Amino acid sequence: MIAELGLAALWLAAALAALQLLGGAVALMRGEAEPLAALVRPAAQVQALLCAIAFAALLYLFAVTDLSVALVADNSHSAKPAIFKLAGTWGNHEGSMLLWITVMALAGGLIAWVEHRLPERTLLATLAAQAFVGLGFYAFLLVSSNPFARAVPAPPEGAGLNPLLQDIGLALHPPVLYCGYVGLSVAFSFAVGALLTREVTPAFARVMRPWVLGAWVALTLGITAGSYWAYYELGWGGWWFWDPVENASLMPWLAATALLHSAGVLAARDALRTWTLMLGVVAFSMSMIGTFLVRSGILTSVHAFAVDPERGTFILALLTLYIGGALALFALRAGTVAEGERFAAVSREGGLVINNVALSAILGIVLLGTLYPLLTEALGFRVSVGPPYFNPMGAIFFLPMMAVLAIGPLLRWRQDRLARVRWQMVAVAAAFAAALLAAWLLAGIALLPLLGMALAAAVAVGSVLPLARRRLTRAPLTLWGMVLAHLGVAVAVFGMAADSAFTTERLVALRTGEQTSVGPWQVTLAGVEPVAGPNWTALSATLQVAYAGGASVPIEPQARSFWAPAQQTSESALLTRWNGQLYAVVGGQAPGDGAERWQLRLWWKPFVTCIWYGGGLIALGGLLALIGHVVGDLRRRRRWREARA
Amino acid sequence: MTALKAKHQRLVLVIVALAALIGAGLLAAWALRNQASYFYVPSAMVDDPPATGQAVRLGGMVQEGSLQTAADGVTVRFVVGDGQARVPVQFSGIVPDLFVEGSGVVAEGALRADGTFLATNLLAKHDENYMPRELQDMSPAEARETVAETQE
Repeated sequence: MIAELGLAALWLAAALAALQLLGGAVALMRGEAEPLAALVRPAAQVQALLCAIAFAALLYLFAVTDLSVALVADNSHSAKPAIFKLAGTWGNHEGSMLLWITVMALAGGLIAWVEHRLPERTLLATLAAQAFVGLGFYAFLLVSSNPFARAVPAPPEGAGLNPLLQDIGLALHPPVLYCGYVGLSVAFSFAVGALLTREVTPAFARVMRPWVLGAWVALTLGITAGSYWAYYELGWGGWWFWDPVENASLMPWLAATALLHSAGVLAARDALRTWTLMLGVVAFSMSMIGTFLVRSGILTSVHAFAVDPERGTFILALLTLYIGGALALFALRAGTVAEGERFAAVSREGGLVINNVALSAILGIVLLGTLYPLLTEALGFRVSVGPPYFNPMGAIFFLPMMAVLAIGPLLRWRQDRLARVRWQMVAVAAAFAAALLAAWLLAGIALLPLLGMALAAAVAVGSVLPLARRRLTRAPLTLWGMVLAHLGVAVAVFGMAADSAFTTERLVALRTGEQTSVGPWQVTLAGVEPVAGPNWTALSATLQVAYAGGASVPIEPQARSFWAPAQQTSESALLTRWNGQLYAVVGGQAPGDGAERWQLRLWWKPFVTCIWYGGGLIALGGLLALIGHVVGDLRRRRRWREARA
Repeated sequence: MTALKAKHQRLVLVIVALAALIGAGLLAAWALRNQASYFYVPSAMVDDPPATGQAVRLGGMVQEGSLQTAADGVTVRFVVGDGQARVPVQFSGIVPDLFVEGSGVVAEGALRADGTFLATNLLAKHDENYMPRELQDMSPAEARETVAETQE
């Protein structure tokens, strides 16, 4: 009954999306006074409500483990902890697509409800574009991946959820990333609306910016959390693998970062108009390509659960339709968008152009590196593209961008002289030189980490300089946001460089009571015990670890075996200090005679946590900027209303 | 620069952006061509070995009866085959949970001068049904041969 209710709500929502598209099209052709045009905003709001009902229905079905629904039977199990039952709702193909469309409908509803700053015609065109994108996903869900389909007969027990995915971090990972993707779809719709009505104004950028910022914060959090998840859950001690699934989330982030900065230029200075529109189209295209890569089963990876060519073809068709359509529209209309304001090469805009070009170049490099293996596969030979490609190629553009990042925010809009900021430049250069020298003298480290560390120091200094000589309590929230986000970049890059330069590793087989060391740590194997959880059994090792002769602390890495479905995972044990992390993994029993020996792999990773602290700072900065902009918008809106009253 | 007309400025910006993007594309294409020799199956590695020390991936099936553990308890030696050729591999570390004889594996590492492949990482994904992506399109004959061979 609940399943049928959800399905009915979904069909009704799809019908409303069609109405919304029709109304928007009528408004565009005959003007917004047409009766149908008046239906666009209500349609978007009711559609949001219906999608929320459909998603709530699916949540309920998973919560009570209704095995008569095929999706629940295939992806859940009555013995699962409650939180993972709920997380199972989106831990699969159909559910995650329903989540996507729900978030998208909620965003559309919110725009229809609150947004009154744009010309009505542009807004209706935007909502129509939003409905057009939405219809594709409704069709996808209802035709080829109905989440509410019944299983006849209902199986006695469910198949379970991939144990690697039974993790609290991962339970939250997809919804966060989807908020990012959907935020970019809103930016895309705004860009299409602006192209259709040729209204590319600072007001347009100000309306679009909160959505881009929100999407960007969500993507940043999603990527940071995903990276930390891969780090502790996969037990390989690495934090980024250039896996296509990771790239699928990195590419929209790169595009969104560029879009965020160019929208800032458009909002403040009415420059970079067509470029901002282009990035709006590209950012959502990257979300679609990411979804296609992950959902189509074209990659073999933990995330690619949908090994089903029909769905892949469907997403590919949608992707071609939206991206191709938007690019064609862009090609037709871009020439008719008037040029924006001019600016000098040495100016805030100039720095932001370098930021945008470098980000786009990195995006191109990641995109080519991700798609190239698929392309060669189609041509009949297989290639793997890995860190030897991505690291140096990305660095070629990333490192100069870091250098510009240290100085750019100090420049004035429109026109400036480097001589005006010479003292700040000296401070930045001094930080760079000091870090370079220190890192080089203390440890002869490789070129990339060395440059990374020196540039991180330079950016750290440069990023806080905009606050110098300002009353900190009076500095606007958006300025704090920028400073924190840029500081976060420095912190994260420092963490990456430190991890790659200073990590020490120890691989041993120990008997109970034996000792080993890794970096400054003394590690003693106290014992190995079998333990059992709700749906797994494990081998749990107890290690007594002591930092530089201090008191010893126990940590317990585990090797777990799940039984539904049968799989094994390593639960690493982490011990975090302010200056790094001890990372321990237990393997199996080492073969050999005599007393039992257990395989241990230990890492001491100085400052590795800075990578995720940095990611968190970047997201926090974005959040502050978002709050600053929204509060500013609300204040302006109140003043405008008072002036009218 | 301020003397430039708005139209000219736009042109300059377009040219700068295009130059950077084309530059990135060319760089990527050049680097990707070098990646073409990144993945090897055993027969390719025997016929045309990569330079000693060059970071590459070797993918194949772990041959039955070839897996040995050294005295230190953490170094394993095994043979990877693809039905036509075999390459000895040495790896120090905790082997992936589902790494067993007869399963597929992708080893990251470099070839040593003595012909042994020194692996720094083994990618046998944590999934009982995992088959290295690079091996999925072995011809049925090759696959049969590999299976027959690993069951000897």
